[in-house]
Amino acid sequence: METLIINLLLTMMALAVVILARSRNLFAVIVLGGVYSFLMATVLVALDAVDVAMTEAAVGAGISTVLLLGALHLCKTEEAKPIHRPWLPLAVACGTAAVLAYGTLDLPAFSDPQAPIHVHVASRYLAEAMAQTGVPNVVTAVLASYRGYDTLGETVVVFTAGAGVIALLRRRKNNNDRRATQTDFSGERRP
Amino acid sequence: MTLASHFSYWITLFLMVAGLFIVIARGNLIKKLVGLGIFQTSVYLLYIAPGKLIGGTAPILAEGFKVYSNPLPHVLILTAIVVGVATLALGLALVVRIREAYGSIEEDEILQRDHSYQAEDAA
Repeated sequence: METLIINLLLTMMALAVVILARSRNLFAVIVLGGVYSFLMATVLVALDAVDVAMTEAAVGAGISTVLLLGALHLCKTEEAKPIHRPWLPLAVACGTAAVLAYGTLDLPAFSDPQAPIHVHVASRYLAEAMAQTGVPNVVTAVLASYRGYDTLGETVVVFTAGAGVIALLRRRKNNNDRRATQTDFSGERRP
Repeated sequence: MTLASHFSYWITLFLMVAGLFIVIARGNLIKKLVGLGIFQTSVYLLYIAPGKLIGGTAPILAEGFKVYSNPLPHVLILTAIVVGVATLALGLALVVRIREAYGSIEEDEILQRDHSYQAEDAA
């Protein structure tokens, strides 16, 4: 039953991505991206990753969608028709898929308790996290206690990205080079 | 190896390849970033699906539960989600700047303008 629910949700995600890839209206693409993220969050709950599901719902479906809509506000909402038929990218994608599918044949079956991922360190964290850190949520214990420095590094990444965004968008006010002042492709005149 | 035992891998793989296809084939920069996001989220599934144990529960220790899913992929992917949104924000800031400088977010129009500028500079 559990497997059935997970597989059904995964199929819905694949469908959302197919519709998303075919749509040329960027607003629809972004909303479908939000739908995809919420489906992903639901799958993660079914896969017992509740912390990840909460983060994905808040960050993937929330902040990402808001950021994309904000950027879309400054751009056109319709994607141009492609000049070439996408045969070469399709061939590259199918080739990659074939190689990866060949690779999955050796992987352990879904939810196999004897799979290598379940027989190494994970059981030690589950057994000792409570005694060593006093935190019942093992994900929190590993994230904030055992691997606290990784989380610090992650903060540095987010800080760098934020600084980059500010540096990029601050130049807008005093940008007077000749390319910016020319008429653009959409026919609008720049102020 | 059966369909049921490997289904999650194959959907993951499909999402990954679909994201790759959107990034390569679509000329619109915002659509490319959405494709990149799909590629990223497929990696979340690749990590978390193998950590699931059917009949297990979320790795929050409590009385009365014996079987827990593997917590380590969850920790890795929590970091990946936050880094993913940082990448997206930076990419979108670049898109906004490109739109201001070139007046377009279509890859072929941007390349066309670049070529015409090069021709101007040469002349």
